[in-house]
Amino acid sequence: MKRFLYELEESWKIAAAQMRSNMTRSTLTALGVIIGIVAVTLMGTAVSGISIGFDNSMSVLGDDVLYVTQWPWKPVDDWWNYRDRKKIETEYADKINRIVAATPNSNLIVAVPTSSLMRSIKYGGNEVDGVFTLGTTSDFTLTSTIDCKEGRFFNEIESREGAQVVVIGYDVADALFPSESPIGKTVLINGQNFKVVGVNARQGTFLGLFSWDSMVALPLASFNKYFSSKSVSDVRPGGSSTESDVRVKVKDKKKLAEAKDELTGIMRRVRGLSPENKDNFSINEQQAFKSTLDPVKNTIAVAGLFITGLSLFVGAIGIMNITFVSVKERTKEIGTRKALGARRRTILMQFLIESTALCLLGGFIGLMVAYLLCFGIGKAFPSFPIQFSLGLVVASMIVSVLTGLISGFAPAWTASRLDPVTALRYE
Amino acid sequence: MDNSSLVTHHSSQTTRPPGPVVIDIENITKDYVMGEEIVRALRGVTLQIRRNEYLAVMGPSGSGKSTLMNMLGCLDTPSSGRYEFNGRNVKEMDDDELAAIRNREIGFVFQTFNLLPRATSLKNVELPLIYAGMNQDTRTERAERALIDVGLGDRIHHKPNELSGGQRQRVAIARALVNDPSIILADEPTGNLDSKTGEEIMALLEDLYQRGNTIILVTHERDIAAHARRTIHLRDGLIEMDHMGFIPELDVEVATT
Repeated sequence: MKRFLYELEESWKIAAAQMRSNMTRSTLTALGVIIGIVAVTLMGTAVSGISIGFDNSMSVLGDDVLYVTQWPWKPVDDWWNYRDRKKIETEYADKINRIVAATPNSNLIVAVPTSSLMRSIKYGGNEVDGVFTLGTTSDFTLTSTIDCKEGRFFNEIESREGAQVVVIGYDVADALFPSESPIGKTVLINGQNFKVVGVNARQGTFLGLFSWDSMVALPLASFNKYFSSKSVSDVRPGGSSTESDVRVKVKDKKKLAEAKDELTGIMRRVRGLSPENKDNFSINEQQAFKSTLDPVKNTIAVAGLFITGLSLFVGAIGIMNITFVSVKERTKEIGTRKALGARRRTILMQFLIESTALCLLGGFIGLMVAYLLCFGIGKAFPSFPIQFSLGLVVASMIVSVLTGLISGFAPAWTASRLDPVTALRYE
Repeated sequence: MDNSSLVTHHSSQTTRPPGPVVIDIENITKDYVMGEEIVRALRGVTLQIRRNEYLAVMGPSGSGKSTLMNMLGCLDTPSSGRYEFNGRNVKEMDDDELAAIRNREIGFVFQTFNLLPRATSLKNVELPLIYAGMNQDTRTERAERALIDVGLGDRIHHKPNELSGGQRQRVAIARALVNDPSIILADEPTGNLDSKTGEEIMALLEDLYQRGNTIILVTHERDIAAHARRTIHLRDGLIEMDHMGFIPELDVEVATT
């Protein structure tokens, strides 16, 4: 055991001396590993960033909320069967709430109607086009994680009376009010005045998925009054027709399936469907999105890591090559060491540590480069959720060591099996 | 201790009484396969070497001299026959056991010195002690003592390229001595040195012999072999002659073959 430690220490010293005396060669070889580790590490940060971005976007939907919509949240082949479905009406929410209230032990808590379309918003000389404008009730805060940076969401009274108040997203606030607080200011939406009562905290956007940052929310009563489809049947540029759905919060997210069945029953009653009719609405949950997006996410991760892994593989071949060269040119030294009492495993370890030291050095430099690049990307594109974690550092160091051990094994094994007589005679 | 004092200690007349048997070889052979041909490098060599002997192995090239040296040094194992080192059967040893014998029982001195070029004298001499599992303090202490013993007390931190050929061979001898081996196996130790420096190295070996070391010298030079107390002549893989002292007339003949 003690001997092993002394031999280990000696091996590290030899490796260090070897790198110092072959500076150019070591640097060039390590460069292969550096590039490999940078590529793999950046891919790793991108993959975890994408994952976090997806999760962030998903959290807007809420994992305990069911969405009643005309179209299902998944790709459909028979789109014509869905096209002619009746639109979802916001009044359904009241009907659902009444039925839920009359049902003992219901799995549902509350139904919240939402309507939305694209509108432009003006304040003074500033204007933002194509803002996702949402009409809903004050119960909306129950179904979605709303975090106000300033002010508040509109309350029940404002909701019921159709007050001309609005809660605006972070990016909207930033565009309209670059240098002042928006709270209490009046903005112009579709020619109507709305008082800003709240600003949402920044959520971050990712791949154009849901984000509160570019939305505004106002009471449904006001929404219907000023922007209902009838009054703006002419869809203007930057605008769109109204989309409505009903979101229903469930009591226990573990019983989502039961809640979904219950809601289906309620909706069939609301729509007055007889048993032989098929459902003419869709009930969706966050999971449906996840199961569509997860394969995409996983494909990106696997393909990305495989392709970047190839560059690391090339680096590993460089290490293997240089270790073979090192074994060859030090054949006589290996013979001398064997004559002086080095065992096979001593020689094996010596060359394994040499290749591992090179890989570790490359890995360490690669990690620093990757960190700086991540830092730079984070500064240049703040919205891209890049993630540089301790786990990643540990993982790439482990990958470096493994690369060294694997690529060094064949040459080190060759060295350890050298016949001392032949090795001593080698010139 | 400087070189001249070593030389004056040396007295080639004194032959120390031999001790117990260290190397006991009986009828060993070694065959090599070279392409299609089988080369019979050793064809049945029987030999006993005792502690405190100073032995020269002579013979023309191709006589099996190098093969015998590899056997004696446990760098190789015989094809047949019996080889006991300090009573242990070498033929049955695995690679690790052979490494341990080489580490503790045999001190090698090579014609080309075989020092690690980037390591100081001290580090070179420490090397066998690392493989023996000694701690740093013991290693340094023993390596320094060995270097002082060969007259290099003032060259401890020099690297091989800062030393003369004779000094390099002294470092190699210190390295061979440092683990206190049963035998010192010197393969043409003066082959790469001029004759004056060669004589100094031979004086050092004589001194080591006088201090109780067992020395086996492999050489084809009769001037060098003349330092030994016993000479073995090999020819065609067999011992042609094994005699105490030195017979100049026979060696003239051998040297001219």
